Amino acid sequence: MSGIAPACPRCGGINRPGADLCYLCREPLGPYPAPVAAPSPNGGPAAPDPAASLRGGSAFVGASPLPSESRPRLRPVPMLLFTEAARHNVRMSVLLFVLLFAVFFLLGTAIGGAFGNAGTGLGLSFVLYAILGVTAYFSGSSIVLSVHGAQEAGAEAHRQLRNVVEEMAIAAGVPPPKAYVIPTPGLNAFAAGRRPEEASVAVTTGLLDRLSREELQGVIAHELAHIKSRDTLYNVCAAVLVGSVALLSDLFLRGSLWGRRGRSAGGRGGGGGNAAFFVLALLLAVLAPLAARFLQMSISRQREFHADAAAAGFTRNPLGLASALEKIAAGGAHVPGENRGTQHLFIVNPLRAFGPDASALMSTHPPTEVRIQRLRAMGGFAAGA
Amino acid sequence: MAYIPLVLAAVIIGWFVASYNKLVRFRNQIRNAWHQIDVQLKRRYDLIPNLVEVVKDYMSYEQETLTKVIEARGAALSAKGPAAQAKAEGVLTETLKSLFAVVENYPELKANQNVSALQEELSGTENKISFARQFYNDSVMTYNNAIQSIPTNFIASFFNFGPEAYFETEPESRAVPKANLR
Repeated sequence: MSGIAPACPRCGGINRPGADLCYLCREPLGPYPAPVAAPSPNGGPAAPDPAASLRGGSAFVGASPLPSESRPRLRPVPMLLFTEAARHNVRMSVLLFVLLFAVFFLLGTAIGGAFGNAGTGLGLSFVLYAILGVTAYFSGSSIVLSVHGAQEAGAEAHRQLRNVVEEMAIAAGVPPPKAYVIPTPGLNAFAAGRRPEEASVAVTTGLLDRLSREELQGVIAHELAHIKSRDTLYNVCAAVLVGSVALLSDLFLRGSLWGRRGRSAGGRGGGGGNAAFFVLALLLAVLAPLAARFLQMSISRQREFHADAAAAGFTRNPLGLASALEKIAAGGAHVPGENRGTQHLFIVNPLRAFGPDASALMSTHPPTEVRIQRLRAMGGFAAGA
Repeated sequence: MAYIPLVLAAVIIGWFVASYNKLVRFRNQIRNAWHQIDVQLKRRYDLIPNLVEVVKDYMSYEQETLTKVIEARGAALSAKGPAAQAKAEGVLTETLKSLFAVVENYPELKANQNVSALQEELSGTENKISFARQFYNDSVMTYNNAIQSIPTNFIASFFNFGPEAYFETEPESRAVPKANLR
């Protein structure tokens, strides 16, 4: 495993050392540092694929008809311990609330102090914090669902979706979440909920129309993995707490830039109030990108890999999710109400599903191509072909 | 210095309680998973009469297939013991498959809303059965891993936590299935 794995210049996929073409997009990889017939680090030149011993049954090894060129290199998938992940997410959520408390404390004092009354500023910011916090924790899920126009899936109209959700809940060993549908042609899905017992899963109608049953299973299994590891708790709290800052600043900015003339024509308010408004708008304008950046940094892209791996464990069929991701990447992941505050909730980032940004470092999701590649590698492992 | 033994004792007792509780939780999860399988099997028995009722008018020439399904359902319901039941379940699954294969030959039946809804319900239930079995086996593996590995195996042997059995299919169902080229 010590050979240098060449990264594809086009899609960023990590290839086997010595590969000529990118495993994923068939792009020529160019000259590579290691010789083609690199000896295996711990065996002779004819050493078998180290993965073969992992496969256990010799039937799989013998039955693998793939040429070595297209056989995916197996890499260890990090073990997902749901209890550990869940604890981590609860800790992160608490930290988020504490951090936001500190931000409000400082801002309230600063703004209040600037206008000569630190106490009032502090009090007001605490009230705002309390409202925001309670909203985020208790109705964050329903806010997120309604922002994207999700409607509860009907028993008759969406029988297959409800069945698939129940199936995957059984496979994951969690209570079945409520199924929601977002009426839009885009292909996407997300999960929300503080606890597995009160979680919900939302998928777009475009996804339901375009995906086969197996692919839908993969998508729902991915969402259930998020629910089981309580990623949804942190995601939703972060969406409402941090997203509201971004949302507020958008409102203020638009209000101050476009609505200014209209307001001043209306002859409203004194100069002091306007100044305060302006300072607040400026502050939010500075704060919003920071908040969005914080949100992106705090979302581990690793958790998407985890959820993919867990989904493969639930369905025992990683290729279903792989081809679902392929269809989503090709078909467009846009949803109504997509915004910087909730982009991290979705199975594929609706704002950066494609385009040059897709593999950017600062994204909330790993590049979809790499996720597909990893799932394919698992598929090669599971089916021997 | 005198409190060091106390702290040690507290740590050991805490570990002991936590491990014991973990084993109990795992064992209960296995039992719950086993009953989940039964719930889904029961659901399948309940769905079959509905399906037969809907399709029988269209399928006057296919009485044999229908009788086979009904007989298989009765056999599965009255099977005693896990091994016999597993075998009867396998037969039932096969007859249902052949019934759906026959449905494919009747365009008006395929277009029927009730039939397609029932077909989705049945394939959903089939999936639930197999996922419930998968979850049962996963739970058994977690539990067996816990009771056989150090250090929880000491607690397990002290309190008689025995290994649980996996759900296994009949040998004949491991045979290579016939290709379905569609």
